[in-house]
Amino acid sequence: MLLIHCPYCDETLPELEFTYGGEAHIARPENPADKTDDEWRDFLFIRTNVKGPHFERWRHSHGCGRFFNAVRDTVSDRFLTTYKADAPRPDLAVLVKNSDVKEPSK
Amino acid sequence: MTHFSALSLLKNALTGQKNWQAQWPDSQPKSEYDVVIVGAGGHGLGAAHYLAKEHGITNVAVIDKGWLGGGNTGRNTTIIRSNYLYDESAKLYDHALDLWEGLSQDLNYNVMFSRRGVLMLAHNVHDVQSFQRHIHSNRLNGVDNRWLSPQEAQEFCPPLNISPNARYPVMGGALQMRAGTARHDAVAWGYARSASQRGVDIIQNCPVTAIRRGPDGAVEGVETAKGFIRAKKVAVSAAGHTSVVMDSAGVRMPLESYPLQALVSEPVKPIFPCVVMSNTVHAYISQSDKGELVIGSGTDQYTSYSQRGGLPLIEHTVAAICEIFPIFNRMRMLRKWGGIVDVTPDRSPIIGTTPVPGLYVNCGWGTGGFKATPGAAHTLAWTVAKGTPHDINAPFTLDRFRTGRLIDEAAAAAVAH
Repeated sequence: MLLIHCPYCDETLPELEFTYGGEAHIARPENPADKTDDEWRDFLFIRTNVKGPHFERWRHSHGCGRFFNAVRDTVSDRFLTTYKADAPRPDLAVLVKNSDVKEPSK
Repeated sequence: MTHFSALSLLKNALTGQKNWQAQWPDSQPKSEYDVVIVGAGGHGLGAAHYLAKEHGITNVAVIDKGWLGGGNTGRNTTIIRSNYLYDESAKLYDHALDLWEGLSQDLNYNVMFSRRGVLMLAHNVHDVQSFQRHIHSNRLNGVDNRWLSPQEAQEFCPPLNISPNARYPVMGGALQMRAGTARHDAVAWGYARSASQRGVDIIQNCPVTAIRRGPDGAVEGVETAKGFIRAKKVAVSAAGHTSVVMDSAGVRMPLESYPLQALVSEPVKPIFPCVVMSNTVHAYISQSDKGELVIGSGTDQYTSYSQRGGLPLIEHTVAAICEIFPIFNRMRMLRKWGGIVDVTPDRSPIIGTTPVPGLYVNCGWGTGGFKATPGAAHTLAWTVAKGTPHDINAPFTLDRFRTGRLIDEAAAAAVAH
């Protein structure tokens, strides 16, 4: 059972309250009509699927209902941090330095 | 190498079982191969077998970071079926089923393929309509599948609770009689033995750290924990780690890796004659020849490489099993584990060429790769040998995520794969 910190409720709660929302920081294209097939493929289907610290979205579906972002190590499943959806992407080097998680393998 | 037969069994029985030999050597890598296959699971070892047997390519190495068959080949719940909706999928999985039927003879190794029938339960109106659509589609494709009423389903599988007041009421089921199970370890071992007999090197405990490409962009070989190994062709069949390996060749994959969990109970006398799948509640159950109930669960909701998965999912599956089969509600569970499955956006696999000359890939089998083992291996070997797709794997390209020609099994019926 993962224990997840909701940055809005400021509480650490069991995984059952949350819904996974896929990889974070994937921006929708500004001008969709300008995109090539390759760019659409990358936007729609290609994910980093990293073995290591992963930027991802979660939704506190049985709590405040809000989406937030998290960095989780996909090897140990340990969360490095969670942060509000409008917060900037945190510096991975600093997060990794302050934890026992290894650098991403790719 | 011993040829297994009734005679060899008898001879060894009379000599105290002391003269059995190792079935394949633990090879060390040579400096160069015609083909290197990354991943010694059923799919990779099978591809080596078919490369050697059907295409005469024997200068092959199968390399694995762990022991052979130690990944998803040894972690699945051994279900084999081919009742998929779309023409492309039905062809692929039925091709695998054709090969399963002759596999023990082909390999001279008993893979314990058992056509005990797979029953997929319908719990609501959507399930009923979707399964009946599957049955019609399957029949048009020559794939056997038929509808059972709740009473017929219970006759086929007596422990089934068909009470209308059940938590998950049974409104009927789709039965594929030709489907069943096989012993998963034996599949890896049988392919390993056969490939090795034909000259293939099986190199275990040797992680492939990167794929090396030459100045022209073509594959040159693989970097491993035991040094660089030159290869004209490289085929990646690394399940949950495929995207990590492919990334080193500069190919980004439309894959995400999730833990898929399973568990087994204490062994009991034969009680469960078939395989039952309940896709709606994600509970899959059969009984092994050792007597354990083998229970499959769904994938965890988050991507992970941990090979563990969370307890809530197991709890949900076991609760559903107890509701559908009340007879099991006092069974004790012995072990649970997770395997890392690589899931594509359309839940169909990718088998074929890549943008990199000499690099081939077989991946994206998600939660249903075991059943396809011989078919995947056979068509992958064809593609690696000839450099072009086999008719059967031709639709399952990597390029379909650019062209939009998806094989959308997931959205077709919302069933497991």
